[in-house]
Amino acid sequence: MAAKVLNVALIGNPNSGKTSLFNQLTGLNQKVGNFPGVTVDKKTGTLLLANGSRVNVLDLPGTYSLYAKSSDEQVVTDILTDPDNKDFPDVLVVTVDASNLKRNLLLLSQVIDLGIPTILALNMVDLAERMGKGVLADSLAAAYAIPVVAINARKGEGIHRLKEALAAPVRPRPRPFLDINEIAGPALSTAINNSKVSPYLKLHQLLAANQVAEDKAQSLQTRDTTLRYGKINRIVQKAEKPTNQKGLKVYTDRIDKVLTHKVWGYLIFIAILFVIFQAIFTLASWPMDLIDNYVSSFSNWLGQVLPPGVLTSLLKDGIVPGVGGVMIFIPQIAILFAFIALLEESGYMSRVVFLMDKIMRKVGLNGKSVVPLISGVACAIPAIMATRNIENLKERLITIFVTPLISCSARLPVYTILIALVIPDETVLGFLTLQGLVLLALYLLGFGAALITAWLLQRVIKTRERSFLIMELPTYKRPRWKNVGLIIVEKVRTFTFEAGKIIVAISIVLWVLASYGPGDAMEQAEAKVQESFAGQSYTRQEFDNKLAAYKLEHSYAAMLGKGLEPIIRPLGYDWKIGIALVTSFAAREVFVGTMATLYSIQSGADDEATIKSKMKNEINPRTGLPVFTLPVGLSLMVFYAFAMQCMSTLAVVYRETKGWKWPLLQTLYMSGLAYVVAYLVFTGFS
Amino acid sequence: MSEQKTVANLAPGEVGKICCFKDDKLALKLLDMGCLPGTEVRMKFAAPLGDPICISVDGYRLSLRKAEAATISLVG
Repeated sequence: MAAKVLNVALIGNPNSGKTSLFNQLTGLNQKVGNFPGVTVDKKTGTLLLANGSRVNVLDLPGTYSLYAKSSDEQVVTDILTDPDNKDFPDVLVVTVDASNLKRNLLLLSQVIDLGIPTILALNMVDLAERMGKGVLADSLAAAYAIPVVAINARKGEGIHRLKEALAAPVRPRPRPFLDINEIAGPALSTAINNSKVSPYLKLHQLLAANQVAEDKAQSLQTRDTTLRYGKINRIVQKAEKPTNQKGLKVYTDRIDKVLTHKVWGYLIFIAILFVIFQAIFTLASWPMDLIDNYVSSFSNWLGQVLPPGVLTSLLKDGIVPGVGGVMIFIPQIAILFAFIALLEESGYMSRVVFLMDKIMRKVGLNGKSVVPLISGVACAIPAIMATRNIENLKERLITIFVTPLISCSARLPVYTILIALVIPDETVLGFLTLQGLVLLALYLLGFGAALITAWLLQRVIKTRERSFLIMELPTYKRPRWKNVGLIIVEKVRTFTFEAGKIIVAISIVLWVLASYGPGDAMEQAEAKVQESFAGQSYTRQEFDNKLAAYKLEHSYAAMLGKGLEPIIRPLGYDWKIGIALVTSFAAREVFVGTMATLYSIQSGADDEATIKSKMKNEINPRTGLPVFTLPVGLSLMVFYAFAMQCMSTLAVVYRETKGWKWPLLQTLYMSGLAYVVAYLVFTGFS
Repeated sequence: MSEQKTVANLAPGEVGKICCFKDDKLALKLLDMGCLPGTEVRMKFAAPLGDPICISVDGYRLSLRKAEAATISLVG
């Protein structure tokens, strides 16, 4: 007989070990989705109990109270106060940090009153003992009249006992902790007591439906919380027994003395950022090159073994490079999230916020925005995914919006070739190279634009959510590698499947644009190229290069480029640059490859010197002057610094903001900014 | 009438007892975090730029901005 599936929800304070417990229970059998309508991760997983019954586990966002103060916390309250919600649990498991008993018990006392069968998972008892206070599980079990299981979520101890408790055949509704009449007053109590659901749940429903006046709701909430803490105080006095160990708190205090020190604090933080940045930049480049090589040789191999035709071309030039374009980001995402997980797990991330809050607040950002912004120098994709940690929605949106303005590593090849082309190789002040200074200026330009944009947005975006920083600074803990690993797996999986499908789709569109043209231009390409070689001797290679250039010049992408020409002419660009702007949408570095194809340079060869000399000799037929002059070069550089030309970023912003509004606004803003600044630069230097 | 002392006025290491809150909305959040009237708080340290600050409540560390700390009045 198939047993009924049991729906279990995990709930607890942030830092109470809830995620560790979830990982212990479900391992790799977890998936991340989204709660409808909000950008809050919904982590679910499954496990099998010894008696063969299946359990669905829902990991609710960490919260301090059922009176929600943020969108994360609101999700918890919405689910737990709506018995018709499909996520409404049969059983609640509340994780409680024994070393921080009083505050953790507030949430427990609230959820008990919802009338949902509840199990208390008492975590970190060892930590509490080392901090000088033992916690008696039996005493808590007696006080709350619910099953209490002592666990060590990090080490995986007590998990089997928790599973046994879940398998218990009878789960009585818990006895109410607080009498509703004490909280609600006579008038409200009557309405509440005549309900089918538990009085406290009904109270929350009335509050959610705005059926209680705001000032009354506020005083009710104050009274509720105060009364609960009063009762909890008495329970804690009985449940805590002093031990003679005292070492642990001092330990965290000592680390804090260094990590939040005026000088050392910032130096260490900068050093950590530097290590993260270097790791994403250099450590990732090896697997990225490997992926790049494998994808291109796989695609070449496909070209050799499959019969020539549209499908082969679609596979070889559209789908495989598209999938490769998704895979190429995986090393950077994995590395960044390994570091972020380490910072979060160890407790350092809240110190980062603590150190940076005053500075970042000035431009409407959060202390936690620092890590995404710096990571943006390597790549905006993992950086934007990293904004998940910012609880305040407004601050999160601003961070997402400005991160792509930071010059990422994909802009570097574009900068390098343009700088080499138009900036003279001279030294300034005897030791600085002019080319290096221009490169530095481009990076600073990106940072400056990001901060100014953030400052502007802070004034534009209206939010009802108030910015506050009332945040726990948890004790330092040794990170658990299992948790770090699971975060990496989760982030890579999310990116590959959610943003990946959009990236592959756009790649195919770009392939169509670049390989098809109006009329019979493509069919006649070979004949035309042969005509152009008439009477001359040429190698197979030269012919192929010329053919590729001819095809691209007569494709729909070229039509777009030519169509763009009137718009981009004020910036000093011709239609060939227009094509590169279109194809750059796949990724900015494609600029270099497109230029190579357009100037019929052997495909695949990254010979910058060749591309450079070809570009240098290019003459604008309208003016008779070289195309790549200093004004054009500078104008292109700032255009690439600001323009939103990355479909992968758009796909990630879409996924992180749950809609096309923000990615579209971002594209308009960045491209508009790029256009205006490039125009100013071009006219200024002409 | 002299200004009532708040958590923002505490010097590092100094202890005070919470009396009441000046901001009703923030009070709700602070209550959730265990800052109840009658609870003792100890000012631990401030961030290098003077803001935010870290206090200890009920044996754990809570960081909050100076402006937020100034809404928590102390007894006496």
